[in-house]
Amino acid sequence: MTMTTLTKNHPSSHAFRIQIQDLSLSYSDGKEPLQGINLNIPEKCISVLFGPAGGGKSTLLRTLNRLNDLADVSSISGHVWIDGVDILSPGIDVIALRRKVAMVFARPVVLPMSMRENLTYGLKLAGKRDPRELDQIVMDSLKAAALWEEVHDRLDEPAIALSGGQQQRLCLARALALKPEIILLDEPTSGLDPISTGKVEASLQDLKQEYTIILVPHSIQQAARTADFAAFFLDGRIVETGPGETLFTRPREQKTQDYVEGRFG
Amino acid sequence: MHARKVDLSIMRRNRNTTQTIGFSTLTLLTLVTIIPILVVIGYIYIQGMPAVSLSFLTEMPRDGMRAGGILPAIIGTLLLTLGTALFSVPLGIGAAIYLAEYAPDNRWTRVIRIAIINLAGIPSVVYGLFGLGLFVLFLQFGTSILAGSLTLSIMTLPVIISTTEEALRAVPNDFRVVSTALGATKWETIRKIVLPQSLPGILTGVILGLERAAGETAPILFTVAAFFLPQLPDSIFDATMALPYHLFVISTQVPGMPVQIQYGTAVVLLTFVLLMNISATIIRSRARARRQW
Repeated sequence: MTMTTLTKNHPSSHAFRIQIQDLSLSYSDGKEPLQGINLNIPEKCISVLFGPAGGGKSTLLRTLNRLNDLADVSSISGHVWIDGVDILSPGIDVIALRRKVAMVFARPVVLPMSMRENLTYGLKLAGKRDPRELDQIVMDSLKAAALWEEVHDRLDEPAIALSGGQQQRLCLARALALKPEIILLDEPTSGLDPISTGKVEASLQDLKQEYTIILVPHSIQQAARTADFAAFFLDGRIVETGPGETLFTRPREQKTQDYVEGRFG
Repeated sequence: MHARKVDLSIMRRNRNTTQTIGFSTLTLLTLVTIIPILVVIGYIYIQGMPAVSLSFLTEMPRDGMRAGGILPAIIGTLLLTLGTALFSVPLGIGAAIYLAEYAPDNRWTRVIRIAIINLAGIPSVVYGLFGLGLFVLFLQFGTSILAGSLTLSIMTLPVIISTTEEALRAVPNDFRVVSTALGATKWETIRKIVLPQSLPGILTGVILGLERAAGETAPILFTVAAFFLPQLPDSIFDATMALPYHLFVISTQVPGMPVQIQYGTAVVLLTFVLLMNISATIIRSRARARRQW
């Protein structure tokens, strides 16, 4: 633990980028995945949302970039401030929000086009046309996602031809290409082998120097490895929050301790 | 011990026998379905091919349709198919996009869907009478290509809407979510991802719908088809001959009709429809081979 602690940023030294206040959400099928969430997310850290499946982590992520607009949400209350703007208010520019808050999903979903087109898809929609600028962004984002070396000579091949691990790093690169400020990652390594997982985690360690990262990990081990700041989700509520090293070694709540030690899942 | 072994082998043999009987029955049923189709098509081509020549395809009928060619009927069917496409394709695809991508799932849209399914089941002669009432008489288009195309369009719409909606829904929802997360609006997602990916399926549906329109007799009977009109139409308000109705006329209404001309006309109509069918099949299989999901 001490070794990893050395590389970790301490969240208390960072400003809060995202402030969530009394956030509750229910779907029209009656499920209430979020029940009164209060959470402050520090900037330029990896904040880990962990807990058993169905605890509301993914729903929270999808609220932060308003992707829940696509889902069957029946009611939502509370506030989510990102840089002082309440993103739940009806008047906000949702498209601009999604460019600022990018997302990587559990399953790598590459769009049915070439790797290059995958990376430039969002940029072209944003009106970027200059081929040299696009090429530069393609290269930068692939390098940041640790994929450049493997694919730089075949960028115009279909993205589906990549391996699963490469596809997921392409999805990460695609999110980075938008030049977001906040990156949401929903179990980004759940389908990956340990080597690919290591590569993604290593990229995240580099990326947190510049980006605010919110990660739903696919295992408690990954949570402990990556978390600067962590929040334990259980049944739509937050049980406990704190710096990663404290939460995984000396949690205050019995439930957190039981979960961290694997007594329930 | 010995007895049990024997039992097992009998069971195995029984299961193998069942399997063999099952396979043979299914193969037989398939043959029973396919053979009559092949016989019908083969018979028509053998009987009709001698009549089909360049002059048969490019000349006006003569001698009370007992000689000459069938050019006006061919042109008529082409024009009607084109006219049907003009109305039903944009309308049908638009409706399908609305239903698949925009419409909420409520009582209203469920009623619309049920209506569309029921429209597909309405006998074509009813469409013909409806077209007569609405387009020919009420809107005063007269017996015309316009009235016929509109009538055929209404008949084709349900097919195009339901196949297009199916093709749109076949595009994985993940693509829509990812596209949205990358900052695309709903319409941008539809235009850049959903439509290109479903285009082969949509085309297949469109062709199959138009193929049905091209071969129908009842809807054009009261709305456009002329019994005998040995000239080409000048405008969309003209009546025209058309292959299916012409085939009906020369097979039942004209005494002393040479059999060759009847079968020749059938060959032309059949070829037209089969070509559309084959192109739909080719589009579909090519798209399937190239599809990246």
